[in-house]
Amino acid sequence: MSQPDVLNQAFELGFTYTRSTGPVIGRFFTELRNRNIVGIKASDGRVVVPPMEYDPDTAEELSEFVEVGQQGEIVSFAWVKEPREAHPMDVPFAWAMIKLDGADVPMVHCIAAANESAVATGARVQVVWADETIGYITDIRCFELL
Amino acid sequence: MKDIAIVAYQQSDGVSDAGAVNEVELIMPVLDRTFEQARLDSAQDVDFVCSGSCDYLQGAAFAFVAGVDALGAVPPIKESHVEMDAAWALYESILKIRMGHADSALIYGFGKSSPGELPIVLSQQLDPYYLAPQWVDSISLAAMQARLMLDQGLITERDMAEVVSRSRRNARSNPHAQLAGDVSPEDVLAQETYLSPLRKADCCPVSDGASAVVIATVEKAKEWGLPYAIISGIDHRIETHNLGMRDLTDSVSTRTAAEHAGMHDGKVDVAELYAPFSHQEIILTRALGLGEETSINPSGGVLAGNLMMASGLSRIGEVFNRIVSGEAQRGVAHTTSGPCLQHNLVTVLEKA
Repeated sequence: MSQPDVLNQAFELGFTYTRSTGPVIGRFFTELRNRNIVGIKASDGRVVVPPMEYDPDTAEELSEFVEVGQQGEIVSFAWVKEPREAHPMDVPFAWAMIKLDGADVPMVHCIAAANESAVATGARVQVVWADETIGYITDIRCFELL
Repeated sequence: MKDIAIVAYQQSDGVSDAGAVNEVELIMPVLDRTFEQARLDSAQDVDFVCSGSCDYLQGAAFAFVAGVDALGAVPPIKESHVEMDAAWALYESILKIRMGHADSALIYGFGKSSPGELPIVLSQQLDPYYLAPQWVDSISLAAMQARLMLDQGLITERDMAEVVSRSRRNARSNPHAQLAGDVSPEDVLAQETYLSPLRKADCCPVSDGASAVVIATVEKAKEWGLPYAIISGIDHRIETHNLGMRDLTDSVSTRTAAEHAGMHDGKVDVAELYAPFSHQEIILTRALGLGEETSINPSGGVLAGNLMMASGLSRIGEVFNRIVSGEAQRGVAHTTSGPCLQHNLVTVLEKA
């Protein structure tokens, strides 16, 4: 008796739908793809980058976009001596809260630096763009010290 | 409104790697001891069961359902689950009793964090567009919070080392502690930085384990003839997911929760604070306005062992232990969730 044929079906584990990022996050990502950075004005006028859909204090829907700079200042940082496999760099680097010029609220991203002593609170940094921008937060590959 | 009391609390030993022991096997011995303490035969003897765990730790959707195997759910029981620390399962159980749908409840939490890379697993609880794709780990976020405090002169590295030293010392009398011993602040400061400005000792360890609590109306607790502590207040508050918009040097949500839980209505003899990082214990102590008269983390807190999804419930249990033993008249238990103390629950317990 011959071996019965094994039933076979290709299967890819993943979501079978795409999700719209909406008018606020979508706008931010579209701008990133074009190598621009935009924030949004919160209820109290503070410029929030990356933009939020709603004000966390008043719950007001936000819509007033503001273009911000591609340089900024380190508000705080953590020095990663031993990067993890999932981390964006495989050499020591810093995670940082960076307040971009024209923004009032810092954003979290990574900084490429030669060593820990090169990084300091208050130091100036600028965006390094990915070779190809596709509308992801990782279009900003990292920041580098000025 | 019926007063609600805690009548039993048990926790497993915190271990860095439970090996081949699975989640159900972590939970079952704790439940056995809890039933024994509450003089119950099984989960059939309470009106409601609620658990807290995180499917991301097991890496499978609905993994928590397997935890129910630890109960023996036949004949059927009334059961619920929160994808949160089990302290929030206790909160849900209180609501269930307040609504008149139950007079007693069993609450348990469990986590086996060792198989994964916990700080990276926790990165996936962050903003799914702006942060999770960057895989920002939980320790790095806490390190940035600590640096903000150091830069602003709100704490010193020595203050942080003193928190670690006291935790290790207190943990010597906690049989379930994972890290305990005589460690001086100087010993801590002599360590090199791990994720600067944090040293390894500033960070809670990765632990596997479970804990459980039984609560009941005071009438039921009396009927059972068990020693109990009354839950006089409970409240939880959350802050925005945007870390940049929070004052990370303070815990506004903890303060608000404590006010609404009535913490300030009397003296606080003991406080168990869920501070996974040394500087966060200082933030919480200040937000709660605790002073010299309060014994803080007599169990050693989570720096001595951090059972993900159970340690918050254990904080409540530890205060319960201090009250029924007569060491304290009144205490506060704090639980946290999310990055840099984003979401906080405060429970006030009092002697009967």
